[in-house]
Amino acid sequence: MLRLTRSAKIGLGTIVGVVLVFMYIPLSLVVLNSFNAARIATWPVTDFSVDWWVVAFTSEPIRAALLNSIVVGLGATVLALVLGTLTAFALQRYSFFGKQTVNLLIVLPIALPGIVTGVALSNTYNNILEPIGIQIGYFGMIVAHATFCMVMVFNNVLARLRRMSPNLQEASMDLGAGLWQTFKLITFPQFRTAFVAGGLLAFALSFDEVVVTIFTAPPGVDTLPLWIMNQMARPNEASVVNVVATVIILASFIPVYVSQRLSRAEEED
Amino acid sequence: MTSTVPRVTTPGQGRVQPAGRKPLSTRLHRSPRLRLLGLLALPLTWLVGVYIFSLVMLLVTAFWRTDPFTSKVIPGFTLDNFVRLVENPAYLSTSLRTLSIALLVTLLSVMFSIPLGIFMAKVASPWLRAFLAVAITLPLWAGYLVKILAMRITFTENGFFNSALEPLGLSGPGFSYTTVVLTLTYLWFPYMALPVYTAVRQIPANLFDASADLGARSWTTIRTVVVPLLKPALIAGSIFTFSLSLGDYLAAKFVGGSTQMIGSVIASNINLNPPIAAAFSVVPIVFVLVYLFAVRKTGALDRM
Repeated sequence: MLRLTRSAKIGLGTIVGVVLVFMYIPLSLVVLNSFNAARIATWPVTDFSVDWWVVAFTSEPIRAALLNSIVVGLGATVLALVLGTLTAFALQRYSFFGKQTVNLLIVLPIALPGIVTGVALSNTYNNILEPIGIQIGYFGMIVAHATFCMVMVFNNVLARLRRMSPNLQEASMDLGAGLWQTFKLITFPQFRTAFVAGGLLAFALSFDEVVVTIFTAPPGVDTLPLWIMNQMARPNEASVVNVVATVIILASFIPVYVSQRLSRAEEED
Repeated sequence: MTSTVPRVTTPGQGRVQPAGRKPLSTRLHRSPRLRLLGLLALPLTWLVGVYIFSLVMLLVTAFWRTDPFTSKVIPGFTLDNFVRLVENPAYLSTSLRTLSIALLVTLLSVMFSIPLGIFMAKVASPWLRAFLAVAITLPLWAGYLVKILAMRITFTENGFFNSALEPLGLSGPGFSYTTVVLTLTYLWFPYMALPVYTAVRQIPANLFDASADLGARSWTTIRTVVVPLLKPALIAGSIFTFSLSLGDYLAAKFVGGSTQMIGSVIASNINLNPPIAAAFSVVPIVFVLVYLFAVRKTGALDRM
């Protein structure tokens, strides 16, 4: 055990306290300001009201933006699940020339700045596909999101495959099961939790993404982050943006809860 | 396999339904090469055909030029855009400023992650440890723009931070370079803190005993035993803090005042002068690739 003096423990504890204060004061200010009656965020908050909550829940643009975020997120997640899992199997099961390159290739979309990915894809959509008559529109956003979401599924599935014993699969094949049957009954159940976790991460990543979306969203289409950004860019951002932000903060308890459950399920596996 | 003998279906035999799949399954089973091809065909088509193709096309644009009068892009080959990046002092200082921001964010994240990791893994009770793990993870999910908005509210002119400092006769950084660094640290800190915490937990307890038995005090143990063992985790975390900060421009836009980053210049030029935007987007790519190649040998990439 690491033996620390009392003063060292107090020093460490103080730093942890500072980190927590630094992390949570700004978020609390957002929550507080969602109940601010004033038009813009102020300090101190003098008048409280729930008016902005009513405005937010009846707003058509917010509802449309939320719907877009969900559609794009689900589309990107499905694509990322297929592509990420295929790549994870290829890299874990086989040794081949260029394996390192494929590994680098799948990490690249998330390692390179979002603006580069966004600008590169929008260049392809607008200056190459459009002139030859292909209007990619809404689907372009899903393609862009799937590209950087893939690595989330890949990482999770790969980590699980590394821990799986190939014996069960060989036994299944020896007993006469085909490739598909073995995959469905033996292999998939073994990496199911990692598959679900990867899918969740991919959805969360897509739901939160804004920079790539700025450049790939078709005109007039807002995702929720785009809507927030446009509100923030106005000189007097209305307090309604704080309501949406508060809902997102509250919603972040869901993935934390699910990931705790998943990691517990994983320990029991 | 039960059906090692390949089935031959002659037209006259009629359709053999369940066996319809078997030949493919059998062929796949026998040929690892075919299986690998089947696995990689779709992902590689996607990554190379969509992503790498787009990156290459962007790079090609960097060698084109814009007609100053019609602002139309003219294909060709010129290095003018790259020359301008180096010769124009505004562009050069933007690159250096962005690099310094990314390095400062990484440094701050390291400085706070190590004590936090040690406290969580070695000092905190199991309950407090679980609480802190959730407390550090939660903001990770709270939304990128939500956190920028939160920092904007905190540091705005008449906001919380300035009000808190007012009794002391001080005023906060407002919207500036400093606030950009703080905001980016706020955004990417969990990406450093979580791997560092996991790494501290994995250090075998007997190493601490050995260090203490040999007479090292706590500070010496941390410096000479803990920190060197954290190196892979620190590198893995720094890939996130460094590259995510390097490419960011919304923090600069919303809490930076007049602070410009590489991303700001790319975003403001992409419609007016695509070639210069394309040339400028090479800068973060080079920074990130140099960094990735430098750390690849440490095996940190496998942890991402």
